[in-house]
Amino acid sequence: MKVVLIDYGAGNIKSLQFALERLGVEGVLSSNPEEIKQADKVIFPGVGEASSAMQKLKESGLDIIIPNLKNPVLGICLGMQLMCSKTEEGSTQGLNIFDVSVKRFNSDLKVPQMGWNTLEELNSPLFNNLDSGIYMYSVHSFYAALCKHTIAQTNYGIAYSSALQKDNFYGVQFHPEKSSKAGSKILTNFLEL
Amino acid sequence: MLTKRIIPCLDVKDGRTVKGVNFVNLIDAGDPVELAKKYADQNADELVFLDISATEQKRKTLADLVQKVAQAIDIPFTVGGGISSIEDVEVLLKNGADKVSINSAAVKRPDLINELSSKFGSQCIVVAIDAKQVNGHWKVHLVGGKVPTEIDLFDWAIEVEQRGAGEILFTSMDNDGTKDGFANEALARISKEVNIPLIASGGAGNTKHFIDTFNNGKADAALAASIFHFGEVAVPELKKELKKQHIAVRL
Repeated sequence: MKVVLIDYGAGNIKSLQFALERLGVEGVLSSNPEEIKQADKVIFPGVGEASSAMQKLKESGLDIIIPNLKNPVLGICLGMQLMCSKTEEGSTQGLNIFDVSVKRFNSDLKVPQMGWNTLEELNSPLFNNLDSGIYMYSVHSFYAALCKHTIAQTNYGIAYSSALQKDNFYGVQFHPEKSSKAGSKILTNFLEL
Repeated sequence: MLTKRIIPCLDVKDGRTVKGVNFVNLIDAGDPVELAKKYADQNADELVFLDISATEQKRKTLADLVQKVAQAIDIPFTVGGGISSIEDVEVLLKNGADKVSINSAAVKRPDLINELSSKFGSQCIVVAIDAKQVNGHWKVHLVGGKVPTEIDLFDWAIEVEQRGAGEILFTSMDNDGTKDGFANEALARISKEVNIPLIASGGAGNTKHFIDTFNNGKADAALAASIFHFGEVAVPELKKELKKQHIAVRL
């Protein structure tokens, strides 16, 4: 199986590569459109700031490639947020795969949300053999609202989409690669799609 | 619900854990990777590695260690100890560290916090603050608490947040090593004044101390070293007890 991690100079991808390695799969970093299109699975990682990450995608033309992919794609953290229609962070237009906007947490709770929180209302093959209430590790200041694409939700002052799915596109706000055995199971489920 | 985090801290020197550990069923108790795996299996929520070596080889040894830990464990970990530049941080993140913690270098040159958070994102920049009370006032200290400064703890906590820190790791030098409990009054005040997560450190001696620091100190996470290494408090039992006390934890 060929797994490509989209390389656009944003994010700490090493732990993701190691997590795949523990599952016996090599995650190849690539920004080559053909290599990305032909992969069995594509992972779209990302940490950092949205507008500069989006800028990097545009510079390499990946903003056109990604929404047209036909293979299973998994956006993680900022990757998921950039797959949404727009984000308040840097007033950024996203890839518009998921028809939902990303907003900043606005309650009396601390920002970023940092740590382990539960997933509820699981509704996707991504969560095969996993039950509601599993803990995932997240670090984020912005969230995607609940919408028709929501396949898992989490509560942090407000209930938000901790995972989204539309056709072959999947997005998770948390870091499965850093979320112990349950996170590893989600990666396995994605690889088995 | 977001849970409170329990964070074992490992002191490493030249790639080995020091201060000793007293774990059964470990082939090599000095091997940080093996110890890290053990804590990950026990449902520790994160780990902190504090490098206290002072050799010229330090940077390379630490990078190698970070890579081995990242390969072996599937929970987040922070690396600290002598980090003073963008290059230092870049090497550690590239090798798989999730966060880095900066301390003295940030006090000496506060702009470092801005530079690191704008380059790598606030989410991976932890500012560690060591402080103790001098004539009733909490003052920031350097070099593991040995060198006092005139900087007020609470002013500094607010400043590091404004400069882009994603998290504060506060160690009370008055409490560290005492096993008498965390500095909950100071913690509660920091927690009130800043809006980023706060890790309590220094003074853990028993389970009640953790309950107190979450309830009274308003800490988001609690860090300890020797009590975990010597099995005085075990992570799984600690978390079960916290849950009994209605404190949200990941079991």
